[in-house]
Amino acid sequence: MSNAASNESSRSRGKAPAGERVADWADGRLGIYSLAKANMRKIFPDHWSFMLGEVCMYSFIIIILTGVYLTLFFHPSMAEVEYHGSYVPLQGQLMSQAFESTVNISFEVRGGLLIRQIHHWAAVVFIAGMLVHMMRVFFTGAFRKPREVNWLFGFLLLVLGMFTGFTGYSLPDDLLSGTGIRFMQGAILSMPIVGTYLSMFLFGGEFPGTDIIARFYSIHILLLPGIMLGLMVAHLILVFYHKHTQFAGPGRTEKNVVGMPLLPVYMAKAGGFFFLVFGVIAAISAIATINPIWNIGPYRPDQVSTNAQPDWYMGFSEGLIRIMPGWEINFWGHTLVLGVFIPLMVFGLVLVAIAVYPFVESWVTGDKREHHILDRPRNAPTRTAFGAAWIALYFVLLVGGGNDLWATHFHLSINAITWFVRIGMFVVPVLVFIATKRICLGLQRRDREKVLHGRETGIIKRLPHGEFIEVHEPLSQEQLHTLTAHEQYKPAEIGPAVDENGVERKVKASEKLRAKLSHAYYGEGNQIEKPTLEEFKEIEAGHGHH
Amino acid sequence: MSSHDISEDNLPHKQAHAHGALGVADKDNPFADPGLPPHEHRIQDIDEKASKRSERIVAALFTLSMLATIGFIAAFVALPVDKIVYIFPLGHISALNFSLGMTLGVALFAIGAGAVHWARTLMSDVEVAAERHPIEASPEVREQVFSDFRDGVTESGIGFGRRKLMRNTLLGALTLVPLSGVVLLRELGPLPGEKLRHTMWSKGKLLVNVNTDEPLRPSDIAVGSLTFAMPEGLHEHDHDFQKEIAKAALMLVRLEPNDIKDKRELEWSHEGIVAYSKICTHVGCPISLYEQQTHHVLCPCHQSTFDLADGARVIFGPAGHALPQLRIGVNDEGYLQALGDFEEPVGPAFWERGES
Amino acid sequence: MKKLSARRRHPLAAIVVLILALAATGGLYAAFAPAGEAQAEETAQSLAIDEGKKLYTVGCASCHGTGGQGTSDGPSLVGVGAAAVDFQVGTGRMPAQQPGAQVPDKPALYDQAQIDQLAAYVASLGAGPAVPTTEQYDPAGADVARGGQLYRTNCAQCHNFTGEGGALTHGKYAPDLSGVAPKHIYQAMLTGPQNMPSFPDTTMPEQEKKDIIAYLQAVNGEDSVSPGGLKIGGFGPVAEGLFGWVFGLGALVAVAIWVAARTAKAKKS
Repeated sequence: MSNAASNESSRSRGKAPAGERVADWADGRLGIYSLAKANMRKIFPDHWSFMLGEVCMYSFIIIILTGVYLTLFFHPSMAEVEYHGSYVPLQGQLMSQAFESTVNISFEVRGGLLIRQIHHWAAVVFIAGMLVHMMRVFFTGAFRKPREVNWLFGFLLLVLGMFTGFTGYSLPDDLLSGTGIRFMQGAILSMPIVGTYLSMFLFGGEFPGTDIIARFYSIHILLLPGIMLGLMVAHLILVFYHKHTQFAGPGRTEKNVVGMPLLPVYMAKAGGFFFLVFGVIAAISAIATINPIWNIGPYRPDQVSTNAQPDWYMGFSEGLIRIMPGWEINFWGHTLVLGVFIPLMVFGLVLVAIAVYPFVESWVTGDKREHHILDRPRNAPTRTAFGAAWIALYFVLLVGGGNDLWATHFHLSINAITWFVRIGMFVVPVLVFIATKRICLGLQRRDREKVLHGRETGIIKRLPHGEFIEVHEPLSQEQLHTLTAHEQYKPAEIGPAVDENGVERKVKASEKLRAKLSHAYYGEGNQIEKPTLEEFKEIEAGHGHH
Repeated sequence: MSSHDISEDNLPHKQAHAHGALGVADKDNPFADPGLPPHEHRIQDIDEKASKRSERIVAALFTLSMLATIGFIAAFVALPVDKIVYIFPLGHISALNFSLGMTLGVALFAIGAGAVHWARTLMSDVEVAAERHPIEASPEVREQVFSDFRDGVTESGIGFGRRKLMRNTLLGALTLVPLSGVVLLRELGPLPGEKLRHTMWSKGKLLVNVNTDEPLRPSDIAVGSLTFAMPEGLHEHDHDFQKEIAKAALMLVRLEPNDIKDKRELEWSHEGIVAYSKICTHVGCPISLYEQQTHHVLCPCHQSTFDLADGARVIFGPAGHALPQLRIGVNDEGYLQALGDFEEPVGPAFWERGES
Repeated sequence: MKKLSARRRHPLAAIVVLILALAATGGLYAAFAPAGEAQAEETAQSLAIDEGKKLYTVGCASCHGTGGQGTSDGPSLVGVGAAAVDFQVGTGRMPAQQPGAQVPDKPALYDQAQIDQLAAYVASLGAGPAVPTTEQYDPAGADVARGGQLYRTNCAQCHNFTGEGGALTHGKYAPDLSGVAPKHIYQAMLTGPQNMPSFPDTTMPEQEKKDIIAYLQAVNGEDSVSPGGLKIGGFGPVAEGLFGWVFGLGALVAVAIWVAARTAKAKKS
């Protein structure tokens, strides 16, 4: 900035200003000018929901910064030590060095507690942010071509984020996270054939052993975040390369992007937003405590506390495991632990559903064009309903994961809640699917009314013959365009039953399925025809005669 | 698939005709794109006073940030790490944590707020449209790439059926070489063997009260009470304490012998005292939420519920089988002792477990 | 049926006054009477049992039977001891108001003098744990850290890490321990009220109970510290997740809306 300011004065001296000379030097070696030419004035559209991804990126950066600080004090060792620090209620207790060093970070290192809390709160916000960011992308159809690969990158970031969070939550070796590791070990044991071997290899012997914290440590601070950093960079590069999507509106087409340039507006807004995110998380960490391990105590496999839950992002898997009936099949001297193994598989399926959706939808539509104009959720009722149903399932499972707290806070029976979740995980998503679709169609009808008959003004007029009417104000062309800009697909039909040579061909099952799905998406009653020009003109002509 | 792919007719029109060219409103089509609306000025664009005010706000925010950073450093230097203050409604909290967090929060937030306010009120807010270009390459480029690739493959000699031996041995080598890495992972831990089948309990081992570290007598255990025991010879300071207690942890309750419904349970008990593994058969949480009136024991992790009066059979929740019972009796001196190890593996079920 | 006792509050109050007056008179008489001290104590004891029996007949007999033998509505009180009575009545659990999965605590209906009389009467039905003396449960000087370890072994599975309580089966629950008097915590461990198992002195000596009480006071007392800030209930990750979503992500979305919002335009003239 200061270099730019001194431009004028130095130019008068007949020599390029220092800033320019540095830039020239770099360009001669790195070729930065062509990069800058393409990106410096890159256009980004303005919408608050486009900043959700930034929330994730910034909290990830915050996590890395604070995480590096924490590694300076944390000892990832399970060697037993006696505590003699300043926290009285743990005085003289046996604990692992991992636990002791975490307590020391909290009570002996100035600002250590703050950094720990920022690290953990940022993790909670990071994954919540990713989920909401993905909802935005999903409900607006931003995952369509050409962005399917970026959707997958985002999906991988979510899954890796969950596991990085889980390993981090486990590092202090406290009674709560130790119970979580115990659960993980039980889940691994349930895997047919390989379970016991995997468990022995992961823990370096029997549970809990003395290796797991050190192994989780290298996974938590190196392996997973390393992959995530790479994915995040790739994710960002693709966002730049594809250029950002935008909502329909006057002047916004599939062939352009409307907004403000990276330099200076987005530099200031996005850069500023980093500080805003960091500031909010720092303030939260000053106000609210998270994971107070000194209250939880060191891990001992024969101790436990009620309210034993993982961090929220693993809550749905906790729900799955809590509601599962205790099925176990014994045969030929072997045990198939379905009560644990089925939830483990369903956990994977719930996540994989996210990853494959874009490909399912593009198969159903057969659409191979690029899409840069976003859908309003109401204009894709079936997709929106699928998304809402997924969220409903996720939420019902979260309820199952916290069933003990629901029981105590709402004075309910924990058994009743468990049964509710057992049935609800099948029923609630269906109900939500139907309701969401109805709501979307209702909103589409309202849009149609608005286009054809104008906006209801709320002004009641009495006509000379005594009739009362509400005055409808016609929409501006901008509004008309925005409300009719979306595309509507026609449902796909099964192709002709005979081929070009008149020979009867076999209609493949996949083809039938696709036609069925296509009808469910775009068939009669599954979307409201948007008003046509003819309809509009007819009604307008009618009004003229009034 | 391709011959009967969805026909292009099902796709919506390419909309190009519906959307007029940028800025050129189609008089006959009220749905056409009217183009970007004209730019409207902000107050700051036309009112010098307003823009000065914005500038002052931005500068004030940046100044606030500087002050907050100084406050951060001051708090860091001045406040002892263990100072506790009462702040409503947060409670008795660390003065250092609160002041560091708040000053850091303000210092960061003010920078962000200043930058954003600057961008929103003083930087140009003229919306600009930039062209998009299709991601796909043109057919010419595509053709060029493929022909380059073909050339490369031909020059290498691998393609088109030539020098198959070389190609196949290379593939073989590349497939085998990662095996070294996989083999190295073998050192991560021992093989399971019979490890999961045995615990520290054996015939004659006394039941030691976890609370007092003293061996238990039957008279110590009252009806309706709950006691936790570990095998004699296990101590908290032992290097393998965690591993052993994870399997050997025991839960003792005394029932009226008439209340015991399971015949084997009664046989394995002593004067109504029954000893069950404390480790849940679901995924291994220490299960010990004992309801003394119903004789049910609940797992706090996943709510598996076992009936201790009926062979610890599962009556609710995800556990697949009953809690293992330890056969107990008294020794010559009147102390409770184990009459052997558990007859089945304790803790979570696994593939090799089999029916007991 | 149990509501009867609640409705009888007012008539009961009159009786209470009467009994207090009687007790006072009796006490004064005993104090000034020329007989030996031991005899006076014994007399006072039997007087308390008598008064306790009267209270019992009015407030407790409908469920627990006229002689404490128990009915289908309430368990036998023979042998439960004075400590159980002092806990149940002192925490307001007894007399119970309505049937349910569990009898909750509420403001006590009887004053301490009456509770002592009831306890004396029930204790006379059969031997059981006596009401602990202050010396027994006073946590001063106890080992807080040892108490923490004992608490995690014996109590946390139901009552949560810091005594915030937790759920049991079919609507039953382990109550929140914040604000519960040391005496009542001690008695609960000693007698095992409702579905809570007991932890008698034979398996958990007096000193260990004191340690546990001291630990609870340290982590869940009025002056307990929470260095990191708001405890958010002390329920662990569920509460933290909810807080993170509402106040963390919520605040950030609010900020994002501000960042992306259009700046006010100059009015069109």
